[in-house]
Amino acid sequence: MFGKKRVAVIGAGMTLFRRTLKETGKELAWEASKMALDQAGLELKDIDSVVMGTAPDAFDGVHMKGEYLADGSGAYRKPYSRVFVGGGTGVFAVDAGWWHIASGQFDTCLVVAEEKMSSCYPHPAYAFTTIFDPIYARPLGVTLIWIFALEMHRYMHVHGIKKEEIALVSVKNKGNALDHPCAQLAAKITVEDVLNSEVLCYPVQRLDISPTSDGAAALVLASEDVAKKVTDNPVWIDGVGWSIDSTYWTNRDLYYPRYVQSAAQMAYKMAGIKNPPKEIDVAEVYDPFDYKELHHMEGLMLARKGQAPKLTADGVTQRDGDLPINPSGGLLGVGNPIAAAGTMKCCEIFWQLRGEAGKRQVKGDPRTGLAQAWGDLMQYGSVVIMRS
Amino acid sequence: MSEKIKHFPGEELKNIDVKEGRIPAVRHRPNAKYLWSAGIAMSRFLEGLKKGKIVGATCKKCGRIMVPPRAFCEQCFKPVDGYVNIKDTGTINTYSVSYVAGDASRIKEPILVAIIDLDGASEGMGILHILGEIDDWKQIKFGMKVKAVWKPSEERTGSIKDIKYFRPLQEV
Repeated sequence: MFGKKRVAVIGAGMTLFRRTLKETGKELAWEASKMALDQAGLELKDIDSVVMGTAPDAFDGVHMKGEYLADGSGAYRKPYSRVFVGGGTGVFAVDAGWWHIASGQFDTCLVVAEEKMSSCYPHPAYAFTTIFDPIYARPLGVTLIWIFALEMHRYMHVHGIKKEEIALVSVKNKGNALDHPCAQLAAKITVEDVLNSEVLCYPVQRLDISPTSDGAAALVLASEDVAKKVTDNPVWIDGVGWSIDSTYWTNRDLYYPRYVQSAAQMAYKMAGIKNPPKEIDVAEVYDPFDYKELHHMEGLMLARKGQAPKLTADGVTQRDGDLPINPSGGLLGVGNPIAAAGTMKCCEIFWQLRGEAGKRQVKGDPRTGLAQAWGDLMQYGSVVIMRS
Repeated sequence: MSEKIKHFPGEELKNIDVKEGRIPAVRHRPNAKYLWSAGIAMSRFLEGLKKGKIVGATCKKCGRIMVPPRAFCEQCFKPVDGYVNIKDTGTINTYSVSYVAGDASRIKEPILVAIIDLDGASEGMGILHILGEIDDWKQIKFGMKVKAVWKPSEERTGSIKDIKYFRPLQEV
């Protein structure tokens, strides 16, 4: 065991994910938090500490977002912090919740992630243009979609991967999302639909990409002592990992996410996992774009370099396959409220390992699951491994 | 969602209702403006561009010639050992064809975007820039050699845009 206390997940909750929700960010955080507490059978007074995850302030236009969201996060007069590592935030917030308890300092921690992208109006894309280096990158008009397109194209070139192989991921995830009651973009589509969709930034097309979303998700974490008192069915956090690469993103080969590998190695070592594809029963892999699922499967060493498309084509990553990837429907299907999307993935692994995922339940009584997120300038990886 | 949970909070708003002001909302456009000092290393880079030169930085410990230049080597965590001029030719590492502007609006004439590994810098030291003098983007190839096209010296201001774009070294 790592740390002073073993850490369990005992409850999870989330809101609908939609392009625009009426609720404020604070109200969304409250809804997800309350649901997670109810599922855990706890009240706010039972919570010792709170970790909030939320991404760029520019979406909200409120430049002290952690404080702005505190009341909705159940932080009133409690030890509270906001964590932010770009798109990696939603899984990293769970990593941070883990160390709150593993350190021995607290017995319970409420982890809540929220994103309300619609406030940046008419489109949140513009907020992303302010994440780049102001001296040499921004004068060129760089946008977020450029850097994804450059990375996707490099990945395709190095391994000789075709667009139709990548499109299968979008087909699978949007299809999986049909069984997710919170999903924003669930759909039955074909590879042709993806290939015929509008070209935004070649090779990225409209149906390769996840939407912008509003939403929140939350987990309740507890020490072993507390978990055993309140539930017969805890899910244990057995591995956490996180890592960052240099911000000079044009100075490294984008075909492979080494920082994801570093984060995964940290988590696998902690969980005693030696052969990830054999030992991981179900994984929620960060998929803001379809190629990212493949790219990240390789970084997580769930597939050898360049081999993730083949596993996908062979049906291995389907819900009834040997290594189900994104049974929730992922960001492509459920939606992508940045920080909340990563925490949604952790919720899905929790529900899968408890056997509560209903129509989305993967076959064969999964015991070990992984959730991963990615962010900043093609440079951040965060991983959590859970066991039932 | 757990099958144990029957109700999922969240009230969706229709885009048209938002657009036409049929929901209670408040609008504001912040007016924060910025002036960034370019710093120790990038001031040299911008001054170099004004003279038609691309400046890199060297680290003797790891042996890298780095571009964009930096004041310290982030790997060796020591000051760089000096600044050198890099060539204004290079190789296309990866590229993209953008029909989308920063605000997600669509543009007719696509912007050709590339990471260009510059000659004279260490392997894989790419910079982001745009490509020009290409009629059909399908003519762009991975590994294609390109060369900077500079603005006339009197028009240069000490900016990455003093390079107008990179063009194919050979006719396409």
